[in-house]
Order: sequence, then structure tokens, then C-alpha cells
Amino acid sequence: MTDPLAFARAIATGSVRVIDLTQTLAPDFPTIALPPEFGQCAPFRLEEVSRYDARGPAWYWNNFSMGEHTGTHFDAPIHWVSGKDLPNNAVDTIDPANFIAPAAVIDCSTESARDADFVLTVAFVEAWEARHGKIEPGNWVLLRTDWSKKPPNAYAGMREDGAHTPGPSPDVVKWLVEQRDVRGFGTETIGTDAGQAHHFNPPYPAHFYMHGKGRFGLQCLTNLDLLPPKGAVIVAAPLKIKQGSGSPLRVLALVPGTPS
Amino acid sequence: MSKPLPPPKRKNPLRKTPAPLSPQGVRSRTAHGLTAAAAQGRFALQVCADCGAIVYPPRDACPVCLSARLPFRDIDNTGTLIAETTVRVSTDSYFREHLPWRVGTVKLDAGPVLVAHLHDDAREGARVRLALKLDKSGAPVMLALPAQETDNMQDDPQLRELTCDPKFRRVLITDGRTAVGQAMAKAFSDAGAAIVFVGLADQWKPFPGMDALRAIERVEVVPLDVTDTESVAEQAQQNGGRVDIVVNTAEYIRAGGIVDRQGLTVARTEIDVRYLGLLRLAQAFGPAMRARGGDGVNSATAFVNLLSVYALMNWPSYGAYAAVEAACLSATQAMRAELRPGGVKVVNVFFGPLETEWFEAVPPPKVAPARLASAVIDALRHGLEDVFVGEIAQDVRARLAVNPKALERELAG
Repeated sequence: MTDPLAFARAIATGSVRVIDLTQTLAPDFPTIALPPEFGQCAPFRLEEVSRYDARGPAWYWNNFSMGEHTGTHFDAPIHWVSGKDLPNNAVDTIDPANFIAPAAVIDCSTESARDADFVLTVAFVEAWEARHGKIEPGNWVLLRTDWSKKPPNAYAGMREDGAHTPGPSPDVVKWLVEQRDVRGFGTETIGTDAGQAHHFNPPYPAHFYMHGKGRFGLQCLTNLDLLPPKGAVIVAAPLKIKQGSGSPLRVLALVPGTPS
Repeated sequence: MSKPLPPPKRKNPLRKTPAPLSPQGVRSRTAHGLTAAAAQGRFALQVCADCGAIVYPPRDACPVCLSARLPFRDIDNTGTLIAETTVRVSTDSYFREHLPWRVGTVKLDAGPVLVAHLHDDAREGARVRLALKLDKSGAPVMLALPAQETDNMQDDPQLRELTCDPKFRRVLITDGRTAVGQAMAKAFSDAGAAIVFVGLADQWKPFPGMDALRAIERVEVVPLDVTDTESVAEQAQQNGGRVDIVVNTAEYIRAGGIVDRQGLTVARTEIDVRYLGLLRLAQAFGPAMRARGGDGVNSATAFVNLLSVYALMNWPSYGAYAAVEAACLSATQAMRAELRPGGVKVVNVFFGPLETEWFEAVPPPKVAPARLASAVIDALRHGLEDVFVGEIAQDVRARLAVNPKALERELAG
């Protein structure tokens, strides 16, 4: 048995470092854009209740509002129609042990810089495995594209024909679920799927296959460039929203460090 | 011919900004018949329903036949300026700021003789047109204009004091993403506004007309999202001290009624964009505008609301939308009372269905965005408070005045 206190000591001494993979919740952070006749995901909004003033002399606090899929957020299987009938498929019913898991970080930053529509393939992942070893069951697969470093316009990548951002092919998502038994798929972009993934077959494969098999999604991540290809542990616990389809959350990565 | 108005000099930062003073503004309940006409740019006096006498000033009984039936009727506004004088000394603090001030006596062709403020091109002995205007206190006053349009007529200081001309003023159009916002930007640029700030939310979302909008002369695109309190506050901190006219073009138009809508997501957005958006703008920009109502040629002068005419009576096909518009209308009435001490007019421009994508299934007549924009410019130049643009808006207003219950049933379809 591992002593959790030893882990706490490792954090305290710096032999395990904590890296924040979370974007700041702010009103101007892009959310997914659907055609305007559809219901939309609410952007983050902050309304000051009081700030040491007549509304509350000694205290500062805010009310905030947003959607379940605003900012850095977690997708539960119930989010997609393919996962709607699975047991324990919502953020409040998922076994919390799932919220801590290792990550394989696949660096596609060079390819994504060249091509905003870069699509991750099985061959690409197999080449990655040849260098770093096989992806273990129960791992998150995180797609490093350095997309989080882009200014809002390029980050959203909206053009006349929709968003242009990198993402996984249908084959690779199916393969990751069936052949590698991954915990979920995480990206730096607004969604786990490519910007043009509504033209894939099936549309939105990361949503369709991952959630259809009870796996999770993480999106709008940042600082993936600070993670090793293997060896990071992700702590990603969504809010316990009753029958929630997802939730904004603080995503932390634990990586090996040098003790001080 | 009026002298062309030179662009205002830059302010001397060491001088105090003149306080927004108002002339005496108390009127009797009966005299508010003139207020109602002035607010809509009509010229109306009391006409005795029994003997036909045209009565001025407003009275509760006809001075000819003692009838109490004295409704206001639109009448011919032409006449002759029979005498004029120039006030050079006044004990009234408002007029002391504006001396010299010309006033005169006009004999209307319809009969009555009235005292009126004078446009500089209205001269003794000449034919004039009388106009009812709302002064800085919101009270109706008479202004004699030359019978024919003259050069630079709109630049006359007395006319300008009684209106909200956009020329040389700094305007904020709150949303440039919509067709109406873009038409408004063009119209204000053409009307000689000094700066046309155009708000844009989510600049990462491209939209049709973006390049054309940025290419309009004197347009400055600024970040502004009326659904974000912080964004509105930041824009007010940036430019609120120099915004003279706010035109709220933020819209959220969705068809659908109350009972048959599923859930509240759309309704919340409607309320957030329109009603709460208006409150955010009012709180962020209102106080500074009210303080700058006496600030010379480019004083703060107007807060313009674009309202669906179905704010006055619900149109069930767009029932939830109409309900929010009604809330906005109510808020603008409070804003009028709150901004009047600063001489800032709250201008409500009502329209029916627009020639835009959100009314695509509605048959004509519809109001084109450019027509709405020119109606706003016209309202400001004339100093109006309530404007009804297009056939539908005017029809709804007329039917409402006759029989609100009938209108309610008819709009139900």
C-alpha cells in the first residue's frame, strides 16, 4: 500500500511538481459556436455581488454563470447520444477513481502549426509508441497542438466554412478505445474533435466513440507543452452536477520534479 | 443663411465642464398635449370640438364657447413672424448660459398668436413654420423655423439646443455585428458624427460586412459585449467620458411564443441581451452622459433605443421576444426620468418586422436596416422622443390608440 502522506510530502518537497492545465475562466474566452438557431453554450459571466461597498461593506464576492462546456471542461459519456444509456454516465455518478489517471501526451504541435486541419491518425500514434512505448490501459491521451498559445481569432479558427482546428480521425479514436482502452481524450482546442469533424464519418468521432464506450473528454487544456510524453498524472474532477453532461474544472498534472 | 458650425475646439482641461442646466419645465396636465405632439414631431394645438376655435395656450375651457371638449389636433404650422426681440439679459440660469437668445411673436395662418424661440433664419416679417420641440427640461416649446430650408439650417445654435444633431458628436453603436448596427454606423458617419464607436462582441467570430464596417469613415471598432457587465464597464471607462449619443443596436430576435417554447435558454438570452444589456449600458454610460449634458457643441445628448413596436402589444408569433421588448420599453421610461436632469433625451424608435434573417418568414412590409438608421438620424435632428418607423409600426400604434383589445385579438392571428 502506498502512503498518501508520502505523496503529499513529495508535493511539498518538489519531487512531484504540479502543473496547471486550466485556462482562466473569463468572459471573452471562446465557446463552441453552433448555428445561431440552436441553443448555445453560455459563456462565462461574472456579476459582482459586493466589493467592500454599500452592497456588502466588508466582503467581496461574485455570482458567476456559464455552461457545462465553457472554458477548460470535462465531457461525461452522457454528453453524447452514443453514451446516453450507459450506467454512471454523468458527472455526478462517475466513479471518482476515474478522475486521477496517467497521461500519454502526443506532440502534434509542428504538424498543427503547418496545417490547422491536422488529423491525428493511427499511424501517427503508432510512430509515437515506437518512440515512447505503448499507451497503457486507463491512460488519458492528450493531444498537444500548442493551440492554447494562439490569440482568440486563430484559436477559434472560424472561417466561412466553419472552424479549422486539429483533432483525431474516426479510426484513431476507435482504435484508442478498443485497442488501447484509454480513459479519455483531451485537447487544447474548444472541442475534443477537429474543427471540421462534422464532415467526418461518423461526425464528431471523439465524442461518438469515446462517450459511446463510457470514456471521457477534456478540452481547452493549456500547458501541455510542459508535460513529458509519459509519466504525468492528471487530476481532473468535474463538479458534481446532478445528471451533468460535463463541467468546467481545474485540471492539474503531477509530473516528476527535482526535490528542493 | 446660418453660419456653418465649426468643429468644436478641444476642451481646455483646466476649465470646469458647464453644468447641464435646464429651463423651467413645469407644464399643466392639459399642456402635456403639446408634449405628446412634440415627442413625435407633430404640430398640434387644442381645437374646440364644439365651436372649432383653435386655442393657445392650452386651456381647460374654450375661451370662445366655454366648452370643455378641447382635444389636441394636428394643424397647419405656417404663419408670419410679426415681431422679434433679442434677450441679452436674463435671471434664468439656463438662458444666461445661452445669451443672446432670440424670441418672437408668430401669427399662425390658423389664427392663434404665439411666442416662440427663433431660428436664426426666421426674421421679422417673414413666413415661418412653427415646430414643437422638447427643450432640455423635456418641456414642449415653440420654435419658429424659416418657411423654406436654408443652407446650414441644422447648424443654428437655438435649433441645435432643442435637438440632438449627431454632427460633430461622438456616437457609440453598441453592436456592429447586425445589419442594423452596420447601417447605423454608415448613417452616423454620413451625418457628420466625429467618431463612430462600434461595439463588437466575440471578435473571434467573423461576420458578413466586417470589412465594410471597418472601412466606414470615422468608424472605430471597440470591444463591447452587452451581455458582459465587465465588458460594458470597461468600454465606459475607456470612452464613456466622450460618448454623446448611445444607440443600442444589440438585438436577439427569435420567433416563438410562451407556451410552446421548450425551456428557458432562449428566453434567458433574450433577457440578457436586450433587457439586462440595456441596464448595463444605462448604468455604465448614463451617469457620465447626464453630467455632460451642457458640455457645448458636442454635449452628451441622446440615448437611442431600438424597440419592437410589439413592446406596446404582444405579437404571439414572436411572443417571448415581444415580452422582453415590453420590459425594455418600461426601463426606458425610467431612464427618461433619470437622464432628463442632464438634458439627455431617451429616444425610442419603434419598428415592426425588419428586412433581416430573423424575420425571413414574415411577409412584407418590412423595415430595411438602412431605413431604420435614417429614421434614427432624423429623430435626433428633430429632437424627437418617440418614433414609429414603417407601415407596421404606425399601424400598430394607430390601432392601439383606437381599441387595445381589438389589437390584442387581431395580433393573435
